[in-house]
Amino acid sequence: MSVVVVGAGPAGMTAALHAARAGADVLLIDSSNSLGGQFHQAPPQEFGVAEPQRIRREQRSFASLEEKIHAHPRIRCASGSVRGLDGHTVHVRSGSDGRESFRADALVLATGAHDRVLPFPGWELPGVFTAGAAQALAKGQRIAVGSRVLVAGAGPLLLPVTESLLEVGADVVAVLDAGSPTAWLRRAPTLAGQWDKLAGFAGYLRRLVGNTQFRTRAGVVEAVGDARVREAVVAKLDARWRPVPGTRRRVAVDAICVAHGLLPRLELAQAAGCDIEDGFVRVDRVQRSSVPWVFAAGETTGIAGARAAAAEGAVAGLAAAVQVRATTWSEVEKPARRAMLVVRCGRRFGRAMASATRIGEDWNEWLTPQTLVCRCEEVPYQALRDGASAERDARSLNLSCRVGLGPCQGRMCGRNASELAENLLRTPAADTPG
Amino acid sequence: MTGPYLLPAHLDPARPRHQSAFTVEVDGRRVVARAGQTVAAVLMSLGLTSWRETGGRRRRRGLFCGIGVCSECVLVVNGTPDVRACLRPVEAGDVISTRGPGEAP
Repeated sequence: MSVVVVGAGPAGMTAALHAARAGADVLLIDSSNSLGGQFHQAPPQEFGVAEPQRIRREQRSFASLEEKIHAHPRIRCASGSVRGLDGHTVHVRSGSDGRESFRADALVLATGAHDRVLPFPGWELPGVFTAGAAQALAKGQRIAVGSRVLVAGAGPLLLPVTESLLEVGADVVAVLDAGSPTAWLRRAPTLAGQWDKLAGFAGYLRRLVGNTQFRTRAGVVEAVGDARVREAVVAKLDARWRPVPGTRRRVAVDAICVAHGLLPRLELAQAAGCDIEDGFVRVDRVQRSSVPWVFAAGETTGIAGARAAAAEGAVAGLAAAVQVRATTWSEVEKPARRAMLVVRCGRRFGRAMASATRIGEDWNEWLTPQTLVCRCEEVPYQALRDGASAERDARSLNLSCRVGLGPCQGRMCGRNASELAENLLRTPAADTPG
Repeated sequence: MTGPYLLPAHLDPARPRHQSAFTVEVDGRRVVARAGQTVAAVLMSLGLTSWRETGGRRRRRGLFCGIGVCSECVLVVNGTPDVRACLRPVEAGDVISTRGPGEAP
């Protein structure tokens, strides 16, 4: 009768508590030693932080949820990385060489998302970080990634990252969002339904004014340095994210933080055999995936913010408790339906955000032949171009160039590389007459 | 000052009161670390941005994603290779090596 929840962010924490309250035995696993995930990031307990609310988002609701989880007799928390699935057995690696296995009668995947970073010349230099790294280091470890920092990419997450950098004393020279403000305005009717989120963004902007400059339709197109980054080359971008000629400018920096949106962490869902649709785990109304005993909640099912993620966690936790026969659907239907309403609202917001922050079609225009497409295997863009004539589909083109075969297994480069490959395979056909 | 740094506790508005400090070894040098720090945070508080060389082109690499996804920040801790510095909490007496086997100092 055990439910295993993977990921202890807003979705996973809520799922664990709801499943346990409905009568299931719950194991909550996270790669970190503490609960909260990226959203509720704060220093570990050993730092003895007297005022965590200065760092952690929604400290009060987090603290109450954390206390309930630790106090619940049917919830066990474990820290470690899930290494694989073998039928209903979950293999976990903890510490340096600890290995444990757990039986899961139902599995809730709340593995969240990580930054997507589009490649650009020099992005492999030390001193170039994902925006999420800068935030995790600032909030979780009180480390500033540099003292003169450029933040660039796309989407609303650039603002909280910038705030975190300022809080640890970094000088943020500029925040560049490749997106366009008009895309937001076009989606205004849907976004306006979520006043709390819009007020959140407005609050960030207000706090950042005077401390940094914020520009849209602009981005970083090159990182320059030898053993580490010394300069960022920035440029204006057009609507398709092509650098506008004559607008390149060099900025002295010691760190660049980049994110062009988020990618869900799907490795476990894929290992479990769950159907993936449009890049996310396909779930039904009770968050059940195509594999009946596997549920998914939070950003693995779509990017819609922490509140929607927690609501999905509630639904998934209750449904998982029903799945392991700890309770019945009629027992949990009422709270489940309440949470489902929040989920629906969040999904609508997520769709509007996704279309307002869509990635420009022509970002490949800032690549040079030497730009690394795959960081692990150090594969330059030129290798993809050279291989394009001999291969028929994007997957085999990438495999033939060893893209995605290194330690990250394509998590950082896979999506970018397949877009580039598809583009390259399309282009010659269009260019060749007859 | 350039490069990464640790916000000094007395300047931190969240007012940390570190429970314990101990020494670890980084490439033979003794370094003070605090309980709860990750290996990456210890190295970055020394101002380091890179602690590995790539196998192919011998280029410097350090932390990139910071949350255990990209494996760029791996190094050797107590003889164990491929430890992700961004996730591994530092422990008293850890011997951290920023050079892989066969790499020149």
